[in-house]
Amino acid sequence: MKYILQKLGFYLVAFWAALTVNFFLPRLLPGNPVDIMLAKLAQRGPVTPEAREAVELLLGTNTQAPLVVQYWQYLGKLFTLDLGTSVAFFPASVTDIIGQTLPWTVGLIGIATVISFVLGVGLGMLAGWKRGSWLDNLIPVTTMLQSVPYFWLALILLFVLGGMWDLFPLNGGYNVYEVSPGWNWAFIGSVIYYGTLPALTIVISSVGGWMLGMRNMMVSTLSDDYILTAEAKGLRPMRIMTTYAARNAVLPSVAGFAISLGFVVAGSIVTEAVFSYPGIGSALLNAVGSNDYSLMQGLFLVITLSVLGANLLVDLLYSIIDPRTRARN
Amino acid sequence: MTTTTQDPGIAAASARSSRPKRSLPPMTPKLATGLLIAGGITLFGIIAPFFVGDPSQVNNVGLAGPADGFILGTTQTGQDVFAQLAYATRGSLTVGLIVGVLTLFLSAFFGIIGAYFGGWLDESFSLFTNVMLVIPGLPLVIIISSYVPEKSILLVSVVLAITGWAGSARVLRGFTLSVRNRDYVAAARVSGEKPWRILGVEILPNLIPLLASQVVFAVIFAILGEAGLSFLGLGAADSFTWGTMLYFAQNGLALRLGAWWWFVPPGLLIALFGAALALINFSIDEIINPKLRSQTRATRRSWKLSKAELRAATKEDVL
Repeated sequence: MKYILQKLGFYLVAFWAALTVNFFLPRLLPGNPVDIMLAKLAQRGPVTPEAREAVELLLGTNTQAPLVVQYWQYLGKLFTLDLGTSVAFFPASVTDIIGQTLPWTVGLIGIATVISFVLGVGLGMLAGWKRGSWLDNLIPVTTMLQSVPYFWLALILLFVLGGMWDLFPLNGGYNVYEVSPGWNWAFIGSVIYYGTLPALTIVISSVGGWMLGMRNMMVSTLSDDYILTAEAKGLRPMRIMTTYAARNAVLPSVAGFAISLGFVVAGSIVTEAVFSYPGIGSALLNAVGSNDYSLMQGLFLVITLSVLGANLLVDLLYSIIDPRTRARN
Repeated sequence: MTTTTQDPGIAAASARSSRPKRSLPPMTPKLATGLLIAGGITLFGIIAPFFVGDPSQVNNVGLAGPADGFILGTTQTGQDVFAQLAYATRGSLTVGLIVGVLTLFLSAFFGIIGAYFGGWLDESFSLFTNVMLVIPGLPLVIIISSYVPEKSILLVSVVLAITGWAGSARVLRGFTLSVRNRDYVAAARVSGEKPWRILGVEILPNLIPLLASQVVFAVIFAILGEAGLSFLGLGAADSFTWGTMLYFAQNGLALRLGAWWWFVPPGLLIALFGAALALINFSIDEIINPKLRSQTRATRRSWKLSKAELRAATKEDVL
């Protein structure tokens, strides 16, 4: 119980830190959103002082209130889920846009990550068990796939599989011409069809890391004394591999899974940029492209919140599967 | 797969020894390949820009394939791809270098010092590290760089370092915690050595392999991160890096138009450089964790009974 409270406390602090960063970043960095926006407007014609006022009003930077007061107002607004209005998708509110885009990202990236994790851990287990086998010698190759820039690989795959051979659609989340969103098979099938290639690229580029980590832990675990004991007892190799070695070797991978979730969301931005997928990453890039600062802040908030939430979940799960984490406290 | 001349015991001892000469990794084929490729690319980045022409010069032969005049063909506006590649290599390696050094300092500061002194310092440093670790990096980088209109390579590197050091700090902290509790550190403390001396002379040498591997990771991360950022159009657009090259290639529809010589080389160089660094890291890992070395496998194999021996042994047991 104390452990859970400690973890909750930590994530509250982390969340507060993220909120604070989110608030102070725009105000401390050299670029002023109003100036950036006016500079863009100025390219189309002269900017009147009224336009400046209007932009300031739009971005909420027109107050002369001290920073501390603004900070409190900001926190208060967050608790009522008032994230402001989007400029890029005017007149939709930021909350609406997040609600529309989040399911796409969570669905695609979430499923792809889980597949990659399960596949990588499984293959890593086998590679570590039979060191020097062909699977083990494959590991450097998969690690090399990891040093290939993700978007480069994805673009080439997209070009080959989507452009040259026409196996997969080139972009989008579903077939906008033939199906309409809803709980029907045509739509779900279309989503799966459109999501396969993005998911495939994610799995290809991330499976190597899981494999290597699991393989190395497996190798370390296999030289422990209790494995020798298990072998001496004459247990079946299958049983030693799964219930004795892999069960203990997988623990750091599970912990790593939590940390990687952050990179997952980050990676989703690039994935969605390559495939024009209608998720949260595309929305963030849109927001950046059109200087939509309230949408940017809102999306950053949601991304942080989901990463923190997923981390908390894995931490709690970890305390169940590895009792030592609880005992240490 | 690999043959090395040391046995695991000596390797472990040399990793623990405070003399840096002995903690150099043994020259395995893996390490040699890694060093060769990484060294080659680095040399290319340092030397080649002196010999190639102006990378931004526009010619009237656009999108020409590799031929006599241009080793790697030209871009859409007739710029020499090879010249761009040379400057881009220099740019990307600069990013890697800056981020590597910054990560080294930041992670050593927050990871090692906190863990050594313990108490509230450790608590606060570790809390700070963990918070930095869970706050998603790339979105933060994107948002930071969207606020700064004029971006230089230096700025991009600093932003990448700030968002990327936390993982290394956490690893270093864990290892420092285990080293500081070893008996010889306690002995040094009892014999009245000053904390800074213990930290610098007794503990730090043990951390060198780990630090090296973390820096190598940071360099890979930085180069990939810079490429990703540039691809999204948020990098240092005025300078040449592998990322900006890919960005312009993608925007110029290089793939769609079949201009592979423009799109493939930068990505391939990133992949090669990353793979070379990964190979170097494998070798460092084998020092940190001697269990991963191939000798252990041979030793273990020699422990194993053959099937016939096993049958004989079980028979004896039964009898």
